[in-house]
Amino acid sequence: MTSSHAASSQPSSSPEPRVERVSEHIVEIVSDSGEGAQTAGQMFGTVSARMGNGVWTVEIIPAEIEPPFRSRAGASGNRIRISSGAATNMGDEADVVVALNEQVLYSRIDVGALRRGTIIFLESKWGEIDDEKIRREYREALEDFEKRGYRVFEVPMERECLKIVRDPRRGKNMWVLGMLCALYGRNVEFVHEEIRKKFARKGEQVIESNRKLVDAGYAWAQQNIPFRFEVPAQPAEKPRVVMNGNQAVALGIMASGIEVVSMYPITPATSVSHYLAASFDKAGGFLHQAEDEISAIGFAIGASYAGKVAATVTSGPGLALKTEFIGLAVMAEIPLVIVVVQRGGPSTGLPTRVEQGELLASLFGSPGDVPKVVIAPSSIEECFHFIITARTLAEKFRTPVIVLTDANLATGQQPFTRPEVRPEWLAPPLDMAPWDRNVAPYDWDRETGLSRRPIPGQRGGEYVLTGLAHDRWSHVAYESAINQEAMSMRSRKLAALQRTLKPPKVYGDPEGDLLVVGWGSTRGAIEEAVDRVRADGGRVSSLTLRFLSPLEPGLAEIFRRFKQVMTVEINYSDDGDDPAVTRESRRFSQLAWLLRAKTLVDVDCWSRVPGTPLPPGRIEKEIRRRLDGEKAVRHEEAKNVRTQG
Amino acid sequence: MYGLKDDWELEPRARRFVLEDYQGATPRWCPGCGDHAILNALQRLARDEQLPPEKTVVVSGIGCSSRLPHYMKTYGFHGLHGRPLPVACGVRSRRPDLNIFVITGDGDCCAIGTAHWIHAIRYNMKMTVMMFDNNIYGLTKMQSSPTTPKKHFSFTHPGGAPLSPINPLAVTLGVRNLSFLAQTIDWNPPHLYATLRAAHKHEGLAFVRILQRCPHFMPEIWTRLQEDPQLVMLLEHPEGIQLEDAAKRLFKRRREHDPHDLAAAHEIVNDESVVPIGLIYKNENAERYDAFSSRGIEMTTEEKLAAAQQAIDRFLI
Repeated sequence: MTSSHAASSQPSSSPEPRVERVSEHIVEIVSDSGEGAQTAGQMFGTVSARMGNGVWTVEIIPAEIEPPFRSRAGASGNRIRISSGAATNMGDEADVVVALNEQVLYSRIDVGALRRGTIIFLESKWGEIDDEKIRREYREALEDFEKRGYRVFEVPMERECLKIVRDPRRGKNMWVLGMLCALYGRNVEFVHEEIRKKFARKGEQVIESNRKLVDAGYAWAQQNIPFRFEVPAQPAEKPRVVMNGNQAVALGIMASGIEVVSMYPITPATSVSHYLAASFDKAGGFLHQAEDEISAIGFAIGASYAGKVAATVTSGPGLALKTEFIGLAVMAEIPLVIVVVQRGGPSTGLPTRVEQGELLASLFGSPGDVPKVVIAPSSIEECFHFIITARTLAEKFRTPVIVLTDANLATGQQPFTRPEVRPEWLAPPLDMAPWDRNVAPYDWDRETGLSRRPIPGQRGGEYVLTGLAHDRWSHVAYESAINQEAMSMRSRKLAALQRTLKPPKVYGDPEGDLLVVGWGSTRGAIEEAVDRVRADGGRVSSLTLRFLSPLEPGLAEIFRRFKQVMTVEINYSDDGDDPAVTRESRRFSQLAWLLRAKTLVDVDCWSRVPGTPLPPGRIEKEIRRRLDGEKAVRHEEAKNVRTQG
Repeated sequence: MYGLKDDWELEPRARRFVLEDYQGATPRWCPGCGDHAILNALQRLARDEQLPPEKTVVVSGIGCSSRLPHYMKTYGFHGLHGRPLPVACGVRSRRPDLNIFVITGDGDCCAIGTAHWIHAIRYNMKMTVMMFDNNIYGLTKMQSSPTTPKKHFSFTHPGGAPLSPINPLAVTLGVRNLSFLAQTIDWNPPHLYATLRAAHKHEGLAFVRILQRCPHFMPEIWTRLQEDPQLVMLLEHPEGIQLEDAAKRLFKRRREHDPHDLAAAHEIVNDESVVPIGLIYKNENAERYDAFSSRGIEMTTEEKLAAAQQAIDRFLI
């Protein structure tokens, strides 16, 4: 290994490396697209989870399919956060970055993924290459990195790989994986097993050459890197699985007995269909790729009308196209699970990036009044379990249920306890017993708005479903009183559902100076930020809402116990202190908007739309700013009391 | 699993359905509207075939024609403008036991629903699709539809429709994997009935374009055809739509046409001097998507559970 800071970082000749014990570390692997940094990162995460570490991985995705080589826009890779306890979010700056060229590394620097002291392992071949321009770029970058205070280690990755394979572009990732395994003391046997799983279809030769590369990277690191990191792990007692949110959704679909999934490809929801394509039919399901988003939901509604439990999976623009059919499903009371993997908007926005921009669209984005259930999982494990909840609620309440996940959950990987599928999770088989002709197809219960539904094939239940205003018999109704009643019956379902919900649990003390309210994937980062501030004595707590429609009960009462309430979300809001914005004109983030309307509490908000998950450090900073404001106010009040006294 | 099937039923005595068993609400179409004739033909077909009402689903979009499910006494789905076909395909996907009829209009099918029309033909799932073509938007009161003749007056084209109409037969014929295409007229009940019957018997998606009279907004459009028998050409073939000799005599022009002959079918639908009536194309070997989509519907709860467990195990660490 050569190093840009020659003196301090030269390998010691001593075979005993210095071991640093840390409670957690953030590692990134970045490369040009196609060099396999994604795969290496995911395997590193899986192996770390197997060793008993908490893990959260985040995909670093280029905006283009085949971006130009050595370009900042082209960075592809993975961030892996490993910790002694559970990892619940992507964290702040990276501790270690492996970069296959300096240009892709710049894209990480540009988004603030590095800090002074971050250790960089950088492919050294660019300094020796024929192309003068590249050599110069590389040299300049090294100088720049030194100025920024990074600790750079140049690593001859390509040269070492060439000893094993002819084309190092395919294989450098495995060598790097081996290097990281040595650095973090990972069990190489586990890596070998992952390689066998991953490349099973490619044959023995590929498996063998990848293993050799891993071993070579490992051996090289042992000889050349003078330090090690130890992240103490606790082996889990129960069996665990590792997967990303889209995989969890796909497995949840299978475990809930959903029988038809109909969707149209859209980033970042599409991969749900890939996982289903691999095994859905073995669980008795059918995956339909429709000609468009509208058809996708229409197909699912048709299947549901015919008694099958159906789901559709989409993202923002797809949700927009589906809204007319969602309105029909509400009107005609068709059970349906709609998974929305949110991405950056508006319009086609940021297709591969994260945002929580579909909350209000989910609640209101159809013609007229469309009461429906909206829930949001806040972890990858919840992505699995919420599908089962959604399926049950859709059937019980005879309504569409929207499950809001996002790109952060969709592509992040996390270990969790292996779910044991239960028979009661599966949708019951069709009951084709004859229908009592005296019972209306919409025999709304006045208390709950609930009704049973006849299914084609049930003798005596023949009715004509319609999107027009209709009475209990589904007869098209022109009388105004009937429409009023039907609307209240559909709406009543939400009130009935809310009665069955528990008030949400506050994370931290049940009262204090500030309550941070969030929903969905931001939970881990918010709770981590709250923990950090509380460790310094700050009186802050947080709350994660899983039910957005209906809202969980008791919110106004909880809010009253805090001096300030604010939401933290990844969607747009005007900043309260923006001089161009008045108190009256200020636009609030989506949950804040909803909570203000529902609780009549002056809920504030802080939101950003950077296209990336919100790092806990940034939330922490905002919490401190608010608390300082609170302190200043208190100080002022105390002064007033004194002067008055 | 053992014992009764999920959809078991005990039939104490054979049921015999009469026309009233298929008659729902009183139709509210205008007097003289061709829809009445089509509704009667469909009810007769259901009666003659003894289709159990509970096993029959009529799916429609929006428009005058799409009110039809309300006038049947079977299961019905009166959904969104242009979208009956995705819904019908979804119904069919896991329910091979149902008889599915799709009602759509020229605006519903050939304008807002064009993508679904083409893809449903490609999917070829067993159902009878009846496109009521009156060349005008009726429910919204006389706007040009995609099949409105060139220069014809409407409220959206007071100077006359500027473009030539779409040819629904040619478009349908152009879709790969087409299985059944026929054309009929609402004012000839025997042919209308025979066509719907052949479509219903067909194993696959049967697309039937029905030239349908709208006396209110399009009074003159088909009278030309009714008055000049030379304008209508009956397609005849042993594998086509079969008519009684007496009914055949009403058609002055006839042509022998093998419905398996795609090239001849193209020639027929592109000849604008004459309106072909009968079976235009048939392919019994077209791939059927419902054969694929209904796999595994007999799977037991235990099998489903085991498969879900296995899928989860792939992610074990």
